[in-house]
Amino acid sequence: MTSAIPLRLYVNGDRYEIAVEPRRTLADALREDCGLTGTHLGCEHGVCGACTVLVDGQPVRSCLMFAVQAEDSSVRTVEGLAPDEERLHPVQQAFWENHGLQCGFCTPGFLVLVAGYLEEHPDAEEAELREVLSSNLCRCTGYQNILTATMCAARAMRGEELP
Amino acid sequence: MIGARALRIEDPVLLRGAGRFAADVIRPGELHMRVVRSPIAHGRIRSVDVTPALLLDGVVAAWTHADIAELPAIGFRLTPLADLLPYRQPVLARRIVRYVGEPVAVVFATSAYLAEDGAELVRLDLDPLPAHLDADAEPTAWLDAEQATWAAGLDVELPAQDSQATAFTVEYGDVDAAFAAPGPGWRVIETDARIGRHTGVPMECRGLAAVYDEAEQQLIVDGAAKVPFWNREAVAAMCGLPPRQVQVRETHVGGGFGPRGELYPEDVLVTLAAVRLRRPIKWIEDRQEHLVATNHSRGQHHRLRALVRPDGEIEALDAAFVLDQGAYVRTHGATVASLTASMLPGPYRIPHFRARAQVRLTHKTPAGTYRSPGRYEGTFARERLVDRIAGELGLDPVEVRERNFIPAGAMPYERPIQAMGTHLVHDSGDYALLRAKVWEKFDLDGVRRSVAERRAAGELAGFGFAFFVEKSGIGPYEGARVSVDSSGAVTVTCGASSVGQGVDTVLAQVAAEVLGIAHDTIRVVRGRTDQFEYGRGAFATRLAVMAGSAVANAARALAGKARRVAAHTLGVPVEDLGLADGRVLVTGDPARALTLAEIARLLDPSGAAELGESPGLTAEGWFHSDHMTYPYGLHAAVVRIDPGTGRPHVERFIVGYDVGRALNPTLVEGQIAGGVAQGLGGALYEEFRYAEDGTPLCTTFMDYLIPTALEIPPIETLITEDAPSPINPLGVKGAGEGGTTAVAAAVAAAVDDALGRPNAITSVPIHPAQVRRLLG
Repeated sequence: MTSAIPLRLYVNGDRYEIAVEPRRTLADALREDCGLTGTHLGCEHGVCGACTVLVDGQPVRSCLMFAVQAEDSSVRTVEGLAPDEERLHPVQQAFWENHGLQCGFCTPGFLVLVAGYLEEHPDAEEAELREVLSSNLCRCTGYQNILTATMCAARAMRGEELP
Repeated sequence: MIGARALRIEDPVLLRGAGRFAADVIRPGELHMRVVRSPIAHGRIRSVDVTPALLLDGVVAAWTHADIAELPAIGFRLTPLADLLPYRQPVLARRIVRYVGEPVAVVFATSAYLAEDGAELVRLDLDPLPAHLDADAEPTAWLDAEQATWAAGLDVELPAQDSQATAFTVEYGDVDAAFAAPGPGWRVIETDARIGRHTGVPMECRGLAAVYDEAEQQLIVDGAAKVPFWNREAVAAMCGLPPRQVQVRETHVGGGFGPRGELYPEDVLVTLAAVRLRRPIKWIEDRQEHLVATNHSRGQHHRLRALVRPDGEIEALDAAFVLDQGAYVRTHGATVASLTASMLPGPYRIPHFRARAQVRLTHKTPAGTYRSPGRYEGTFARERLVDRIAGELGLDPVEVRERNFIPAGAMPYERPIQAMGTHLVHDSGDYALLRAKVWEKFDLDGVRRSVAERRAAGELAGFGFAFFVEKSGIGPYEGARVSVDSSGAVTVTCGASSVGQGVDTVLAQVAAEVLGIAHDTIRVVRGRTDQFEYGRGAFATRLAVMAGSAVANAARALAGKARRVAAHTLGVPVEDLGLADGRVLVTGDPARALTLAEIARLLDPSGAAELGESPGLTAEGWFHSDHMTYPYGLHAAVVRIDPGTGRPHVERFIVGYDVGRALNPTLVEGQIAGGVAQGLGGALYEEFRYAEDGTPLCTTFMDYLIPTALEIPPIETLITEDAPSPINPLGVKGAGEGGTTAVAAAVAAAVDDALGRPNAITSVPIHPAQVRRLLG
């Protein structure tokens, strides 16, 4: 075991000066050192995806990445999705309107995964999105409402009318 | 408002990542607990040495059984048969370890990382013993007299016990006489049916964060779920405190499904440590622990024998089953076996019935309830039998079911047995009507034809279905208080619990309906023993019925009080007043009105005294019930088998379900879709497997396969309200479990059909290798 080393993280546009052991995961640093507990740990071995965050725009399992590996990167978590206290991100809004969550534990991982993917692939279609969603596990919904919400969010983000 | 597809009031907080789950409770100075678990399935404990852990910087304390020897074994919450007492689990292993994952010691340290480091240093000296893993095998010696006497805790010397914890029979009619004197042309038809060991696996692992607040002299326990009021009593007893000194508080809960929220050894250790060490204590289970430490379920093997008339009518059913209980009997007592037996007849009359249950211990993780406990298992066995009857008699499986249905005219229908300690009375139902409606809506005759055509063209496609009866709404009581503050804001406070199912929204809808206000203006407080005195918990699909009815009664009482005050103040008779938009108004002159805020202000203690009312615009309501409600449904599946790999793909899954009254159809459909997904897991993917020495082989999500978005098809649902419950004021029956109940039965029937081999599937999960063997 080694002692803590200083680390600078940029999360959701804010700068965090923290000190972590080299073995500390990015997820634990976000949750406990930055106080951003919206990122959840569901398996700690990279399967469930509840801890998904965007690092420089790419979805990563924050349970499988050391915090020190994120030095000077731009990290985006579920807390950084909504533009303000009044409005939700289109993906969040679509999950709400389509009953895309029940217990809400896996939800931050899905929201971040979908927001990141749709920002890069705005024209993604159903089969492709289903494949993307299969990256993460949900135990409550049976996934269909998550898929429906994701397609609604895609349309909203493209500026299309919802049916 | 009741019956509306209202948006959930829980969601905005959860969507922003602002929820507070157990791990999100972070207190300065907290200690993290790590459990040292048995690495072997069965062995004698020679010694447990925690000294090396205590020498590590940051480790504050470490305990073995010797440190908690005065604690009794963990008690039963449900179905507490006396036979089972010797099989209760000690908080830390005592003399013997009985499964891989059994808590043997605990380490408390200043960080979760250091606690794990410390746990790795604890030295376990264990003498391995042979593991007994096959519940079908003859019972073997299990507890010596000293162990049995200690675990039972009865102050009575008990003899040694074998691995059959209990056996009991549920019966009515005269099965032996029926089989002994069959009519002409009657047949005896048998089947064997086996369900693999699997369980709920919520996405949030278990966790608890407790602190002893010196200033308030209160033990505060955050992270409870499901049954916080029961757990408050249990924790208080274990910690030697009166219940008033213990506050158990539900946080957000990341899924329940049965296993989560029961009192486990870790819950006792966390709370006791908070009292003893006077530091905040936190324990967050990791996934590998969860898969060996949290209740398993379902592992059950059934043998059914039916006496059948030539037209397919079942005259008698003689069933026996063995439940693989694992290494201890936990809080659920004999609930799963008991429910399997009572619910086995399902929707059918069956004049003579007998079910023999045997609950047997094995060196595996202890088992408890999982969504639709006993019904997923029993429905699979019974519906496989009915399909076999149809096949052997050359009858249509629809016809056989309809011939045996309890007719709508016979409702309410009492079966002379008990379920969960209540008389089993099907409160209402029209099974044939639901069957017909589902058939028509989804054109299932057309589906069967198209599947047959595909098969004729060489594809391995199949259709199957199953019918079932669920149960919900067990009592004995639930209560609620509805209050309006001086601004007019409404709060519902109650003893309900949330495991993420949307209970806040539904209770808000019920109150909103009565009070004529918007549901999303209501705050729901539940799951906190410091806010309400009684609550029975979130299990057995009981809250829409029990808490929903209690909230309706409380809101009606509050509306009555508001109208009395308004009548007095406005000088009109109470009968002339109605509620709308948060106001009490004169029906014939709506401009004359008082808002709920104005009435609440009139009811300050001085005003209330003048009015002869109790202070505050607040009212309690209670609902009591001695009986359960019985929703019912039909599951149907279309599968396609990959001829190369043998893997079944579920192309369509259809559910028809009668819930009496759907308080929020979107949430009912959500419960069903999620329930089906879990049912498909048990039918096709999920199973805890063990090596010959009892080593668990499925301890990660690489080996324990939770279905993803690629495995679950869109769930097509028909919710009906043809049989409202006559035993509660809302007419509602629960929706939480009926998505799961008949999935294995329907999928197995569809796979049989795809293979063109009746009765081929008698066990789940259905493995591709097994299907390939059947393909020859």
